[in-house]
Amino acid sequence: MQNLHPSESESDLLINGKPFRLQIPPAMPLLWALRDVAKLTGTKYGCGIGLCGACTVHVDGRAVRSCVTPVSTALGKQVTTIEGVGADAIGKQVQQAWRELDVPQCGYCQPGQIMAATALLRTTAHPSDAEIDDAMSGNICRCGTYQRIRAAIKRVAGVGST
Amino acid sequence: MKAPTQITRRALLQQSAGACAGLVLYLRTSGAIGADATSAEVKYGADAFPGGVVDNPLVFVAVAEDGGVTVTVHRPEMGQGVRTSLAIVIADELEADWGRVRVVQAPGDQARFGNQDTDGSRSMRHFFEPMRRVGAAARAMLEAAAASRWQVAVSEVTARNHELIHTRSNRRIGYGAVAKRAARLRVPALADLRLKDPRDFRYIGKASTHLIDGVDITEGRALYSIDTILDDLLHAVIARPPTLGGKVLKYDASAALQVPGVVKVVALPSTPLPAMFNPLGGVAVVATNTWAGIKGREALQIDWAVDAAHGSYDSEVYKAALETAARRPAKVVRSDGDAAKAFATSGQHVTAEYYLPHLAHASMEPPAATAKVGANSCEVWAGVQSPQATREIVAQHLGINAANVKVNVTLLGGAFGRKSMPDFAAEAALLSKAMDGKPVKVTWTREDDLRHDYFHTVSLEHLEAMLDASGKPQAWLHRSAAAPIGATFAPNETIQSADEYGMSAVGMPFQIPNFRMEVAAAPAHCRIGWFRSVSNIPHAFATQSFVAELAAAAHRDPKEYLLELIGPPRVIDPAKLGDTSNYGESPKLYPVDTGRWRGVIELAAREAGWGRQLPAGHGLGIAATYSFVSYAAAVVEVAVDERGRLTVPRVDLAFDCGPQINQERIRSQLEGACVMGIGLATVGEISFSDGRVEQSNFHDFRVARMNEAPREIHIHLVPQRFDIPLGGVGEPGLPPIAPALCNAIFAATGKRIRRLPIREQLQRS
Repeated sequence: MQNLHPSESESDLLINGKPFRLQIPPAMPLLWALRDVAKLTGTKYGCGIGLCGACTVHVDGRAVRSCVTPVSTALGKQVTTIEGVGADAIGKQVQQAWRELDVPQCGYCQPGQIMAATALLRTTAHPSDAEIDDAMSGNICRCGTYQRIRAAIKRVAGVGST
Repeated sequence: MKAPTQITRRALLQQSAGACAGLVLYLRTSGAIGADATSAEVKYGADAFPGGVVDNPLVFVAVAEDGGVTVTVHRPEMGQGVRTSLAIVIADELEADWGRVRVVQAPGDQARFGNQDTDGSRSMRHFFEPMRRVGAAARAMLEAAAASRWQVAVSEVTARNHELIHTRSNRRIGYGAVAKRAARLRVPALADLRLKDPRDFRYIGKASTHLIDGVDITEGRALYSIDTILDDLLHAVIARPPTLGGKVLKYDASAALQVPGVVKVVALPSTPLPAMFNPLGGVAVVATNTWAGIKGREALQIDWAVDAAHGSYDSEVYKAALETAARRPAKVVRSDGDAAKAFATSGQHVTAEYYLPHLAHASMEPPAATAKVGANSCEVWAGVQSPQATREIVAQHLGINAANVKVNVTLLGGAFGRKSMPDFAAEAALLSKAMDGKPVKVTWTREDDLRHDYFHTVSLEHLEAMLDASGKPQAWLHRSAAAPIGATFAPNETIQSADEYGMSAVGMPFQIPNFRMEVAAAPAHCRIGWFRSVSNIPHAFATQSFVAELAAAAHRDPKEYLLELIGPPRVIDPAKLGDTSNYGESPKLYPVDTGRWRGVIELAAREAGWGRQLPAGHGLGIAATYSFVSYAAAVVEVAVDERGRLTVPRVDLAFDCGPQINQERIRSQLEGACVMGIGLATVGEISFSDGRVEQSNFHDFRVARMNEAPREIHIHLVPQRFDIPLGGVGEPGLPPIAPALCNAIFAATGKRIRRLPIREQLQRS
């Protein structure tokens, strides 16, 4: 393990139901704690300033941008990442719909898309197009899979697809 | 074809384990479908590329004793679906059960695998037939093994869905049971191969398979370049010269070294121009995690030396220079008839100029690579489009033999041409060397990606036409001024190559007696690279917008006018149209077929309901292009509200690439092209001031978001046929989108867009 730097401290995180004790500065964004220290690389870096959504995870069930979330604010809370979202019934359905419709192209942004979609469907079981736009327009897909993302969300919601 | 070589069990097992020992049993670099027997010197298709084609089944297929089939895919996956598509070709000819096929990714080794340079929409075009042969040869070996086991004639044995069947005795046996025996057989000669009748395809053209990586991607287990983790891995973030040709004058690392987690600060030398694939140099911060590297870089104090030729690059000034260049006579690349004389006659003289700024690729995964340097060797983990070029640039910068560089190819989190340039892998290698062989991962932040890209060119297209009294063009002049990709590789290159002006420009098959194209000099002041569909973007934006402008001037329907210009169905040698490039393909195998061009126009128009009644503020626009030897036509519907706010309710894209291997991925690529095309036309722009890129992240380099993307995209594939060779898929959907959009805006509002991006041009106060 790495040596503790004077400004580092031990951060206890609950990630996908499992306890992690990470030796990191409390200001480190959750994204890098997950990727570089906990070695859970499913959560992606895309912009570092909360503009693209590739780093979306759930903290106590709410979608947050982990690249602008200091690890200190997640202490004592439930962090769910793409590696663990399948344990949630809605998350599992979202993953399944993504596969059935072959949503991904390169796939890099899709963990963030799936986390955002799962959070949306948890609060809004039957989202309208406008609600889907609101919830998902913060997640950029450079490959342009938006039409299938919308269709997959509607498949899970059972409201038909465009 | 060289003599077939014995297959050893060792080779099979090595393959089965996914191992890739340097065991080249035989390779063939000619005889691909693209080979033109009459031309000894000029090579086309895959044969023209380093490494050519390898179609040895031992290189690509392994059957394990449990029957599991492992297919090696040698072309990198960046979202185009090649890991699925090449695998279904082999699986189909092999008569394998798709559920028992797994894919391993080949490392960089063109001598072993054939060409791996994954760009130009070439993977399926160049490797469909070779991979059919691979699958068919492996199937024949399994059939022969079963025949030998049963002591029956091989003609009585048929492979079907992972089983070998002796029809007369109704005996059946699984692939795994004869895999070992098959491994001792000779690879059948090409002439003895029995390829399937396309009517018998099970996966090819059937949309019957899902993405091979779908589960891994949706569960967060898919590994991209940036996800590489090794023991004792160090993370590096680099401050690069902000202007082309810039260098570190001096730097102070003391504050950076105080940042928790920072291990070392390393100066990287700058390589003299031209840029090629060389790293840009700068100052690297090496740390125990990426965030520490980012914070450490923020704390660096660096004085940069600026190159006199590039340090004052300013996009507005440059646009004016392009306009000047495009208004003067320039290098003539096509001259049919006498355009000057025709312009001197009386008629309606129409002139327009179209500007497209630089664009950044902005793949969601920025460039990243990991390297571990040993004594005279290096291992690299990288998402790169050209693994072989990666070996070579790493070897060059380490001063070692490329054969001693192993490049493990990860998934690419998008690329769009950016990752054809492996400068970032060389950075990782240099830093691993500086850290005494510890593995180092270099991560580009989004800011790095947007500021130091190999940008899409910047261009000004000057168009003129002379219409006769009936509204038909008698003369066409297209003068293109654009910084060429060649400038990245040769000092002082200022003129577009035939590959560039061949894209949606010189080779228009229009029914115009006096046709002239010229290319004007335009120096580059940043690294110019390949961007998805390359020069087709500005050229198609200009030529397809201009056709609609001429239609408007002639008071004609733009679709009918476009069809009239393209003329009746006929097959034309592109060289006769001034296009000597034709995407590297033989003009005999891949002529310009105006019938297919017309076909996609008619299909898109019909499906989009061309001519239908539209709500107020709506408009339809059409554009059609031939690129990457495929045909695409788009009809875009726009809505512009009273405040000038633009939305795109619908895009219809008709497409003809000949045979369709993986229809699902063809559709996904085309859907993505529609989104990217709308995005670049509406909001995409990289600009320079004082030699530096003005944008830094997704707030100022905008790409289309879900609420800005077309609400409905309808892809219409022309019925497939296997009597013609494949066209490309990844890129050709993009070129018609921007002009179809702008033509729709004109239809809706009467406003003609000649400068992209559109941004606020439609706004009304």
